[in-house]
Amino acid sequence: MPTAEKATVQDRFEALRTAAEAHQRACNPDHRPTIQIGLATCGIASGALETKAAFEEALAERGIAACIHTVGCVGHCYAEPVVVIDHPESGFPPIFYPQVTPGKAKMLTHLFLEEGDPRFEHLLGATIPNDLIPSVTDFARFNREARVVMAHCGRIDPGEIREYLAAGGYAALAQALQTPPEDIITTVATAGLRGRGGAGFPAARKWRLARSSPDPVRWVVCNADEGDPGAYMDRTLLESTPHQILEGIAICAYAVGSQRALVYVRAEYPLAVTTITSAIAQARAMGLLGADILGSGFNLEVEIFQGSGAFVCGEETALIRSVAGYRGMPHPRPPFPAEKGIDGHPTIINNVKTLAALPPIIGNGADWYRGMGTADSPGTAIFSVVGDVLHPGLVEIPMGTSLRTLIFDICGGIPNKKQFKAVQIGGPSGGCLPAEFLDTPIDFDSLQSAGAMMGSGGMVVMDEDTCMVDVARYFVDFTQKESCGKCTFCRIGTWHLLEILTRITRGEGREGDLETLETLAEDIKAGSLCGLGKTAPNPVLTTLRYFRDEYEAHIREKRCPACVCRPLTAFYIDLEKCARGCNVCEGCCPVEAVFITRQRKRAIDQEKCVKCGECLVACPPEYDAVRKVSPPGLAPVIARPPQDD
Amino acid sequence: MENAAGEALTAEEGAILADVARRLAAFDRERANLIPILQTIQNTHGYLAPAVLQLVARHLRLPPSQVYGVATFYNQFRFHPPGRNPIRVCMGTACHVRGGDIILENFERKLEIPEGQTTPDREFSIERVACVGCCALAPVACVGETVHGHMAPSKVEGLILQVRIARERAEREKKDHADS
Ligand SMILES: Cc1cc2nc3c(=O)[nH]c(=O)nc-3n(C[C@H](O)[C@H](O)[C@H](O)COP(=O)(O)O)c2cc1C
Ligand code: SF4
Ligand code: SF4
Ligand code: FES
Repeated sequence: MPTAEKATVQDRFEALRTAAEAHQRACNPDHRPTIQIGLATCGIASGALETKAAFEEALAERGIAACIHTVGCVGHCYAEPVVVIDHPESGFPPIFYPQVTPGKAKMLTHLFLEEGDPRFEHLLGATIPNDLIPSVTDFARFNREARVVMAHCGRIDPGEIREYLAAGGYAALAQALQTPPEDIITTVATAGLRGRGGAGFPAARKWRLARSSPDPVRWVVCNADEGDPGAYMDRTLLESTPHQILEGIAICAYAVGSQRALVYVRAEYPLAVTTITSAIAQARAMGLLGADILGSGFNLEVEIFQGSGAFVCGEETALIRSVAGYRGMPHPRPPFPAEKGIDGHPTIINNVKTLAALPPIIGNGADWYRGMGTADSPGTAIFSVVGDVLHPGLVEIPMGTSLRTLIFDICGGIPNKKQFKAVQIGGPSGGCLPAEFLDTPIDFDSLQSAGAMMGSGGMVVMDEDTCMVDVARYFVDFTQKESCGKCTFCRIGTWHLLEILTRITRGEGREGDLETLETLAEDIKAGSLCGLGKTAPNPVLTTLRYFRDEYEAHIREKRCPACVCRPLTAFYIDLEKCARGCNVCEGCCPVEAVFITRQRKRAIDQEKCVKCGECLVACPPEYDAVRKVSPPGLAPVIARPPQDD
Repeated sequence: MENAAGEALTAEEGAILADVARRLAAFDRERANLIPILQTIQNTHGYLAPAVLQLVARHLRLPPSQVYGVATFYNQFRFHPPGRNPIRVCMGTACHVRGGDIILENFERKLEIPEGQTTPDREFSIERVACVGCCALAPVACVGETVHGHMAPSKVEGLILQVRIARERAEREKKDHADS
């Protein structure tokens, strides 16, 4: 490439960056205090919009000049609404406040912004180490993470491209455009980037296949279908750092020689759709997408396709069918989509996280990326750790971190003094691992050999109150409903699995059921075409392997050891412990099953009780009078006194 | 015109059909537009009426069975009018292990309709969804566009009541406004 042309790309990029930096400075010339509020879906669900309104109102009332900076999600979903206040004049560093209700917002405006008192009892810590107050970097939740893909999440406004540019965004694209495409592919290969959509297939190998195709028309698809229940990192990335994804898409498209890209995002994520749509328009307006990007001669149009809520459409060949307007039915490979995909053209399909990892890889080099993670799984992984953990949310860690570190150190362990029972990794394709596996390093191959799989990164932690048979039944119910119906084993086999599991959870299990489950599971794996059917039995097989005694208790003793399966469980009130007249349980019962006994204590009408467990949660801990038992016959029977009406 | 049951169209159905015909004109007659078309119509009208599917089929020159087959394959599409406040209860993994099914049952009980249906006053409808992406707040239920985290069976009645009170207030204000 001639040097003059090289200079043009770089010059144009520098001009954009300088303008963006100037815009940033102009936003807050007199160093006003800044209030940063996370406005991704989970923040909004926790009331962040009300918090923002409260700040605005309080600032106006008191005549304080401050900037409100809206950002995406920092990943600390347990702490939402999350607010960071930077008040330089107070002498304090920026401070992270969790659970900022509108009331707290008004209080902080008054006491911190006006009077300079940061209210120690409400803060989590300063965002940077300092001499005045403890900083969040002292917590494992912050210092064990390694933010590569999520580096900008919760820091920049996803609706403002200039913030991303000023933070160093699009520099990797500019650099890539001045590098021969083959070299980009080599860098990605050397970095050892493996796809983050589930199977961990080496990204560069797929790209080479498309690049070597004689067909000049090629597609890049960003897979943001995220059908995995319990996982939401792709949504968060789209809502928090859309430009990093677009930059990754552009780098990939340039490397494989594609001029058309598609973001396939599920329609259930309306905010993500809005955010990425506006990001595309902004990038186009700045010449970072569209025709002749940064004067390099490279063209790329990015479109959006909304997935309509079929789990199987996350599978590559099914996705392609759905884009063409058909039912999303997978078809056999080869030909691989990288050879023949959308409209018969070579199509690279990569997960959101895979593509979003490209800017840091190109920007920092392959060796830098390889320096994190393990030899066979380099880099970082993003997990949504949810369920029974103290601090659920999104965590990005170097590959190779142990499950124990992730669940206990970073996410705070199991709340309510309960015991850890299992962690479900990889969604409907994955498995449940018991406590023996807590020291397993998290990487593609270790998880696979333990019987789980990396999947998309959903991790559901379960405490002792979880029934593993019920969990297996839950997943089979999901895959059975989502099977596209093309393969007999997947369609009918999962139906049969579900029927057996449902019987077992109802206490109608029979001798021989477990053996049938096992053989059926193997047949479904062998007889299905796509990943959905091939992995659907995994939750059943891992729970059978690690929690067999629980299945046996259901079948032989008609007992659910975790007291979850409702037909096998009953709630009752221990009359010794019940404080007469404390009405909490009665008030919270949604079906009025709690009644007053002759001694003015409370008891549960077993006929009416729907076993929702509300009374057990509600009964004040000093009485702790509500009990669960299985089998239900063990619950003492107390008759309702005749109504005196 | 007639609806699918051979009855004369209601004013509502007629208005929907007129609007759909207008919207269809903006789409090329290409198979690949089928799903975006269905999405646009559902976003505007809340559901896909049988007569609407016929119109779409005619526009794309497809047999109606093809259109119907695609629409029923995807979970997103509805064939009955939703309530003014559609309730969607999350049945994802995190929500399941924290009692999502009990939340759903409670909505069904309190609204006296099974999942998938709309109350006779068209105020509420109930649907199950597979993960709305707020798993850290499980169990989750959405009323309209608003996501409610940390749901509990005892919160269900309150949510329904809130909507009803807001509606009554709005109606009262409208009436006062008209009176004054
Ligand atoms: C049933 C099924 C559902 C899938 N769902 C998704 C999904 O929601 N998102 C995703 O990125 N990949 C999903 N995949 C994996 C994709 O087919 C594909 O492997 C992946 O998008 C490739 O991207 P990667 O190489 O970046 O991992 C799914 C696979 C199967 C079999
Ligand atoms: S395995 Fe199941 S989902 Fe996959 S193609 Fe076969 S029937 Fe469809
Ligand atoms: S909440 Fe507990 S102590 Fe109070 S009445 Fe109910 S069972 Fe008794
Ligand atoms: S599992 Fe309910 S929001 Fe994800």
